[in-house]
Amino acid sequence: MTDATLAPTPPADSLFRRNLREFRRNRLAMASVIVVLIFVIMAVAAPLIAPQDPNATDLFRRLQPPAWVQGGDWAYPLGCDALGRDILSRIIYGARISIFIGVAVIILATGVGILAGLAAGYFRGWVDVVIGRVVDILLGFPYLIFAIGLMAMMGPGLMNIVLALAYKEWVIPCRVVRGETLAVRELEYVEAARALGAGPRHIMWREILPNILSPVIVVSTIRMANVIILEASLSFLGLGVQPPTASWGSMVSDGRAFILEAWWVSTFPGLAILLLVLAINVASQGLRDAFDPRFSE
Amino acid sequence: MTVLLEVTNLRTEFNARAGLVRAVDGVSLRVSRGECLGVVGESGSGKSVTFSSVMGLVRSPGRVTQGTIFFDGRNLRDLSSEEMRAIRGRDIAMTMQDALTALNPALTVGEQLAEVLEAHDETLPSSGSARRAAIRDRSVEMLGLVGIPSPDTRLRQYPHEFSGGMRQRIMIAIALACRPKLLIADEPTTALDVTIQAQVLELITDIRERLGMAVVLITHDLGVVAEHCDRVMVMYAGQVVEEGPTDQVIGQPRHPYTRGLLASIPRPALRGQPLTPISGQVPDLVGLPPQCRFHSRCPLARPECLVEVPMRDAGPGRRARCLRLEDVE
Repeated sequence: MTDATLAPTPPADSLFRRNLREFRRNRLAMASVIVVLIFVIMAVAAPLIAPQDPNATDLFRRLQPPAWVQGGDWAYPLGCDALGRDILSRIIYGARISIFIGVAVIILATGVGILAGLAAGYFRGWVDVVIGRVVDILLGFPYLIFAIGLMAMMGPGLMNIVLALAYKEWVIPCRVVRGETLAVRELEYVEAARALGAGPRHIMWREILPNILSPVIVVSTIRMANVIILEASLSFLGLGVQPPTASWGSMVSDGRAFILEAWWVSTFPGLAILLLVLAINVASQGLRDAFDPRFSE
Repeated sequence: MTVLLEVTNLRTEFNARAGLVRAVDGVSLRVSRGECLGVVGESGSGKSVTFSSVMGLVRSPGRVTQGTIFFDGRNLRDLSSEEMRAIRGRDIAMTMQDALTALNPALTVGEQLAEVLEAHDETLPSSGSARRAAIRDRSVEMLGLVGIPSPDTRLRQYPHEFSGGMRQRIMIAIALACRPKLLIADEPTTALDVTIQAQVLELITDIRERLGMAVVLITHDLGVVAEHCDRVMVMYAGQVVEEGPTDQVIGQPRHPYTRGLLASIPRPALRGQPLTPISGQVPDLVGLPPQCRFHSRCPLARPECLVEVPMRDAGPGRRARCLRLEDVE
């Protein structure tokens, strides 16, 4: 590859691709992306990677310590919990839950948020007022309490967790989309499109949306870390995924009673949450730096 | 020549915080097929709003409150927004003032051209691949028409990869893609430097002659009008103050404002002499009394001018809004 700046005609290059290139130059962010990818691979290939069956109990191995501690066994590298289940295997399977819920909630919330935000920002008037009030009301509720209430109403289950979190999560992309739409709809090229006979649908999807996608992507990835923490919190409180399915939140909760004699039961799933959330956060910071013109030099 | 666009007594009002602003007040105009009409006036005189009204693009808090807009035999004010949308881009196209921001930065030039053709061109084949090929051919043709070199590869590029002059041409190409009967060029050259300005205007004139299209050229540059327009219409404070064939209006203005405009243009023959600006300010459009609007700045003003002045005949094909038009020399 020759230096693009020296080439006589630069290749077709969208702003999006230029931003992506800038993102790749950020080493810390790229390292975080790799960590996230490792978790994703763990989740996808869990049955191939996990050394043990995550739900197989063995009371003889109750609270068995990690392999490098006296009494440990390399077949159970991170030790076992109170029912003798392999903690590493359960963390690997738990990644499935965390990542699935994180991704599902964000996709659902971003989709709804884009629709509502575009409508509010483009049509203004009563549409904006109605959507704006709903957003204000939802923002007034503490997130966790709201989710707990919904879970109590709907009952536990994977899909219900996704719904309970997405119910409130969509207001975040909605507000971003609305604000950006308000700014972009006044721009000259939107007016030019109207002068060429474009209808509202065309203007929203082709003129406005492609131009506001960058901040939406950034906000969505930042929020994904938050959603993963919320899922862990719900599971910690026993309102999330039901046992025996492995979830990091409920694993931390399970180990609470033995924290003094068997620290590993809570610590390792806790570290898994920490690592994944941190990696997503750092990666999304990198995304923001690359995609938001206000942060790029 | 037959009449293509005939606007009668158009009034557009804006409900501003300070009160009701009549941005366009009783404007009547006529554009024949294939003709080029120049519209001159300073900022805020209502040039752009007049033609936004014609295209049905005036947005709240603005409103067209009076008048008829006949285009090709139909009153555009009676059409539904759906019918209006079909006319915009297909029969009447408009280019925006600022070429640098009038193209969508997220789509390639080819995509933007294709969208207009997709929306309006009924001659395209309906099936998938033949249609795509036809759209492509037309796009390449249009870019070639406005003088973009190697249009094939340029179609795949984004607006930021073009210079200002090229973007202005691309905007013109997009506006012309469906062969409109009328092109409204709203200050097509303001964002460009002088050499590119000349090129773009040449281009518009050239294409007008080749396609037999009518053009409305909105500008504040009388020099541009002199060179490119058959007829000229001068606007002041929301009203037409003078109109007629370009050479006559510029050679012998019949309204003190037009004369003032001409006197404030630098001329090589008068090198070294100070320019003669028009003293005073454009009146505030809120709550104007029914009297001559140029009165406060007019060197010929008299007490009897404080009445509502209609457009008066000022020779064959010429009209001016002045009680003393015979005295303007």
